[in-house]
Amino acid sequence: MMDQPVTDAPLIPPLVAGMEERLEPRSKSRSSRARSSCARRGALAGRSIEAWLLLLPSIVLFAAFTHIPIVSTLVDSFYSTPKVNRPAHFVGLSNYEDMLADPIFWKALTNNFIYAAGTIPLSVGLALLMALFVNDRLPGRALLRMAYFTPTVLPMIAVANIWLFFYTPSYGLLDQIAQAFGGHATNWLGSQSTALGAIMVVTVWKEAGFFMIFYLAALQQIPPDLKEAAAIEGASRFTFFRRITWPLLAPVTLFILVNAVINAFRTVDHIFIMTGGGPDNATNVLLFHIYEIGFKFWDQGYATALTMVLLAILGALAFVQFLTAGRKVHYQ
Amino acid sequence: MSANSRSSPTAHVLETGAAWALGLFWLAPLAYAIWTAFHPAAYATHFDLLAPLTLENLERAWHAAPFARYFLNTIILVTMIVGAQCVLCTLAAFAFARFEFRGRDLLFALVLIQLMIAPEILAVANYQTVRALGFVDTLFGVALPYLTSAFGIFLLRQAFLGVPKDLEEAARIEGCGTLGVLWRVYVPLARPIYLAYGLVQVSFHWNNFLWPLIITNSVETRPLTVGLSVFSSVDQGIDWSVITAATLMTSGPLLIGFLLFQRQFVQSFMRAGIR
Repeated sequence: MMDQPVTDAPLIPPLVAGMEERLEPRSKSRSSRARSSCARRGALAGRSIEAWLLLLPSIVLFAAFTHIPIVSTLVDSFYSTPKVNRPAHFVGLSNYEDMLADPIFWKALTNNFIYAAGTIPLSVGLALLMALFVNDRLPGRALLRMAYFTPTVLPMIAVANIWLFFYTPSYGLLDQIAQAFGGHATNWLGSQSTALGAIMVVTVWKEAGFFMIFYLAALQQIPPDLKEAAAIEGASRFTFFRRITWPLLAPVTLFILVNAVINAFRTVDHIFIMTGGGPDNATNVLLFHIYEIGFKFWDQGYATALTMVLLAILGALAFVQFLTAGRKVHYQ
Repeated sequence: MSANSRSSPTAHVLETGAAWALGLFWLAPLAYAIWTAFHPAAYATHFDLLAPLTLENLERAWHAAPFARYFLNTIILVTMIVGAQCVLCTLAAFAFARFEFRGRDLLFALVLIQLMIAPEILAVANYQTVRALGFVDTLFGVALPYLTSAFGIFLLRQAFLGVPKDLEEAARIEGCGTLGVLWRVYVPLARPIYLAYGLVQVSFHWNNFLWPLIITNSVETRPLTVGLSVFSSVDQGIDWSVITAATLMTSGPLLIGFLLFQRQFVQSFMRAGIR
């Protein structure tokens, strides 16, 4: 159990269930039940009651906080926000029409895609680079691994505070360095053109070391004789990486990408601390907008419509992963 | 290794240089924060190796907000969540791994949905549920949606599937019931998974912010992350030394734990890294 190869679960859960079926033989319950005697059927029924009892607490919690909310979010998105003297009433697509006419929604959605497109390739690329560095016998390897990984154990709120100071105009380390080289003070988080970029840098800093771990685990599973064989063949390091390492890392890359996309739509903690979505919504993203609409303006009807967009994006991701899941098995 | 021995010394030096440049860049923000927290405010933005060290910032931060209470809240919250998850995920994982019943595969598929859609994504609907149950502004309300976890079930199910069935049969012959088998055979064999999963969950829930922010409303219930955000947003006269000290203080236990048990942390994240 200690040295399970990385391409094997537990590390990589199929985020979509269909994959699970392709990986495992289907349950044999039906055929075995047909063959069994009455006594055995009784025992089986007992077993299945036991199974349901074991599952009961988890099922109740999942239903209450995942499955029913998904359905109720959909239903509520067609209703108005209940007010003190006016209960929720059916409004059809009105919340969605409001959404299409809401410039902040479009801004937040665009920002969210820019944020995803900017942070994902950078943090995954850096994660791979870090893993390759740390996997080689470099001087101070353990210290390097620590340096890369440390941001992962810090709360995002703490990270945001640290970087807020880092970015402070004139006094922050960034501007001090810039000024030492003759640059001028920049309001990184206060200006429309740099705020989102500044937030994205923080995300990459926080996440790259986390993703590095998965690459590192995978790299350690590549058999050393592959390297020896390649060395005998006279393959360059780059060729070895391109022809051997990279394809072997494909399932891990897919796994990391899926998680990176989920995180890009889920992680908003630093935005609360660093910009509050500003200046003028330059750093507003979808989940942050949902929070503001739902819990600052208490327009919960509209907030559920916004949540549906987020659910649709995650659903599309699940679908894409389902399609690529079959290919993944080939590498294993 | 072999690939390295093939590469030229120049390439090796270049690689080492690049790796360390990246490493220093990665350390810089944290190093800067530590510098600021342990030096008088006058040195917060200028560097002098002879600057006097001080614990005054930490002390001022500690007294400027009810951090003792926030620490207690976070510890209670994390204990509640990780404890409940260990029990509930174990039971469910065992059912999925070792029982056959109608609808098992469909049910497992439904459970896996939570890997994609975390409770905070559904914050609007979940807030209404927690309010209807009367748990708004309670630690239990913060913990409630996280008391079980799809990933925990997945991980433990995987571990349980690897346990030889002979062991279970032997235990049954010895007179163990279902829970006895689970407790005496499966749980001990999956101990490394519990450790890895527990460590990852502790750091995840120690750091969680959005859902506690929505549910909590008072000093008595706020965990550290929310407390810290309130503390640094309330006007502190932009005293960076104190804010940074508070920041390091709240992440201190995890950071120190990580530095002491680096290997365990890294291995745990390798094994049970997603939340």
